[in-house]
Amino acid sequence: MKSFLAIYASGVLFALGLGIAGMTDANTVLAFLDLAGGWDPSLAFVMIGAISVHALLHRRILGGTPLFSQEFSLPTRSDINARLIGGAALFGIGWGLGGYCPGPAIVSLVTFTHEALVFVGAMIVGMGLFQALSPEPEG
Amino acid sequence: MNSILFALLGGALIGLSASAMLWLVGRVAGISGIFGGLLSAPNGDFAWRAAFVSGLISGGLILLMLAPHTLQAPAGRSLPALVVAGLLVGFGTRLGNGCTSGHGVCGLTRRSRRSLGATLTFMATGALTATGIRLLLGGVI
Repeated sequence: MKSFLAIYASGVLFALGLGIAGMTDANTVLAFLDLAGGWDPSLAFVMIGAISVHALLHRRILGGTPLFSQEFSLPTRSDINARLIGGAALFGIGWGLGGYCPGPAIVSLVTFTHEALVFVGAMIVGMGLFQALSPEPEG
Repeated sequence: MNSILFALLGGALIGLSASAMLWLVGRVAGISGIFGGLLSAPNGDFAWRAAFVSGLISGGLILLMLAPHTLQAPAGRSLPALVVAGLLVGFGTRLGNGCTSGHGVCGLTRRSRRSLGATLTFMATGALTATGIRLLLGGVI
């Protein structure tokens, strides 16, 4: 029970971070990705801020064991392959097209705008499509 | 300047959340993975994912109540364009094993070559797409 509460709280924190950072404002995101129309570089600092904090803490965390888990479940692959790059490329196109990436889109559902609902609905379909085409579990 | 400070602060909270997830359940806070895993055949994994996504929604409600201006739909983007965008993001993040949080924040922190490759790629195609729409279509699609 405690574990779910803590995980829930992490989700709340994540969403608040996205909102404060400007990631849930799709226009701010597009102003960052759109290099031509009055470029707004501020979103670069979101990643800088996130990585800075996470980097400070993650080494220490990895030195122990997770609080509510037997072990860490971290990605183990190190190879760069066509699926990785292809997938990232497609994701980027969708991001530049819609101004939403998964986290901000889910958070934006609370607004019930057509844009958020349609985007998330399509995102679910897109994920399902991938699932249907490759049933093996992804690492 | 204001926006840069908020970006750093918001980013710090995201980093904190990612650290919390690593500490609590030993997992990468990659939203596409957490959400995508919710949709795959439910196994014992379902509950913690649902808890996290519920947290995202709750955080969204807090934003809606206290700072609604932070939640903005994209201007100049039609619903058909958003359908295509959503499909690409959904499919692409699963194919590529991650998104801005999974690869960009968690992966880069772990110095993952894979995540570096992925992040550079989606940043590039994201910029190409958004910039292309601006230059070729006046920013409206």
